[in-house]
Amino acid sequence: MKANIKAISYYLPEEVLSNDLINKEFPEWDIEKISSKTGINSRHISAKDEFSSDMAVKAAERLFAEHNIDKSTIDYLLFCTQSPDYFLPTTACIIQDKLGLNTSIGALDFNLGCSGFVYGLSLAKGLIAGEMAKNVLLITSETYSKFIHHKDKSNKTIFGDAAAATLISSEEGFCSLGKFIFGTDGKGAENLIVKQGGMRFPVSNENEDIHDEYGNVRNDKNLYMNGAEIFNFTGEFVPKLTEAILEKSNLTKEDIDLYIFHQANKYMLNHLRKKIKIPEEKFFIAMEECGNTVSSTIPIALYEAQEQGKLTESKNLILAGFGVGYSWAACNLII
Amino acid sequence: MEINAFLKNFADILDDTDAALITQETVFRDLDEWNSLTALSLIAMADEEYSVKLTGDDIKSSDSLNDIFEIIKNKG
Repeated sequence: MKANIKAISYYLPEEVLSNDLINKEFPEWDIEKISSKTGINSRHISAKDEFSSDMAVKAAERLFAEHNIDKSTIDYLLFCTQSPDYFLPTTACIIQDKLGLNTSIGALDFNLGCSGFVYGLSLAKGLIAGEMAKNVLLITSETYSKFIHHKDKSNKTIFGDAAAATLISSEEGFCSLGKFIFGTDGKGAENLIVKQGGMRFPVSNENEDIHDEYGNVRNDKNLYMNGAEIFNFTGEFVPKLTEAILEKSNLTKEDIDLYIFHQANKYMLNHLRKKIKIPEEKFFIAMEECGNTVSSTIPIALYEAQEQGKLTESKNLILAGFGVGYSWAACNLII
Repeated sequence: MEINAFLKNFADILDDTDAALITQETVFRDLDEWNSLTALSLIAMADEEYSVKLTGDDIKSSDSLNDIFEIIKNKG
C-alpha cells in the first residue's frame, strides 16, 4: 500500500530573536555579515511557559484548520522531540489528549534531531504498508532555545524553535513516499550534546561556565555543538547519502527536480550543494525567518516550496536529514 | 602545495581584512574577522582546494597560518 503526504502545517512561537537584538547583546559580533552567510535573519523563541507539547498542539490544530482535516480520522501519532515535557509520561500521550484525538490511536515519542522528520516518514510508511494505520499524524517539535546558554552567540544565531505537523495517509496526497536510506554513527555523540539532565549526569547547579575559543559561553547543562566536527561529518556523509538514495530509488541526479536538505545553515548547505554538484535552482533553502529548527526544517521547507509553486512542475524530490547522533536518513518523494 | 597560493585562498575567505596582512606568520586567531564561521570557511577551503579534512583540533593547536599550511600539506 502506498503512503502519501497529504498535508503539512507549522507553528513558530511568537517571540522573535532578530539580528538587531543579537547585535545589541553581542556588539562585537558582526551579525549582518554572519547572517549573509548563515542565511538566517530571525529566529522564533518559545515562551517561558511554552513547551514542545504546546507547540505540537498548535501546529496540529493549524494543520486541521488549514487543510480541513477531520481529526477523528487520525489513527496514529508519531512525535519527534529531544526536548520533551517530561521524562514520563510520553509527550505523545499528552498531545493526544490536548488535541482530542481518539483514544483508539497508537501514540509514541521518538528522540531524534535533524534526521527526525525523514525517520518519522519511514515509520509512518511502515505503519501504513503494514496495515496498522491509515492516517498517521507526524509532529516534530523542538525547544532547543531552552538548552542554549544566554551568552552562546554561535548557537543563538543558528537555532530557532518550531513545530511542524504532517499528515501521512493511505489516501491520495500531494506526493507519495518512495525509498529510504538510513545511517547511524554514535562516535559523533559528543559533538552535539546536552550532557546534563538525563540519568547519567543529572543537572548540576555547580557548573562552571566554559568560555570557548570563539568567545561563546556555556556549561554542561547547555547545548554544545562542535561546529567544525559537524561540518566535517556532513561533508563526508551527505554526498554518500545522496548517492545511495538515488541508486536505491533508481534515479539519476538529473531526474531530481528539487532537493530539500535539513536546513542547518546556508553556508553549510551551499558547501554540500557544490560538493554534490547540485544546480542552485534545484536546491531549496528556506530558513531566513526561522533559523535551524532541527527536526522541523524539512517540513517547513517542503511547505514553503509548495507555497512558492516549486512543486507544480516537479516530479521527483529528495529529502535528506543529518545531524545529532550522528544520525542521518534520506528518501525520495514522487509527486 | 605552495604557500603563496594557500595564503591567497585564506585571504579569499575573508571579507574585510587587507590581504597584505595575511602572511605565513599571521596569527589568524588575532584577526578581527576570525570567528567560528571563518573557522568553518577555512575547513571548507581545505576540503575544496586540497581535499584535506581539517579538524577543529587542528585549528585549535595552530597559531600561525604556516602551522595550518603544514598540517594541510602533511595530510594531503
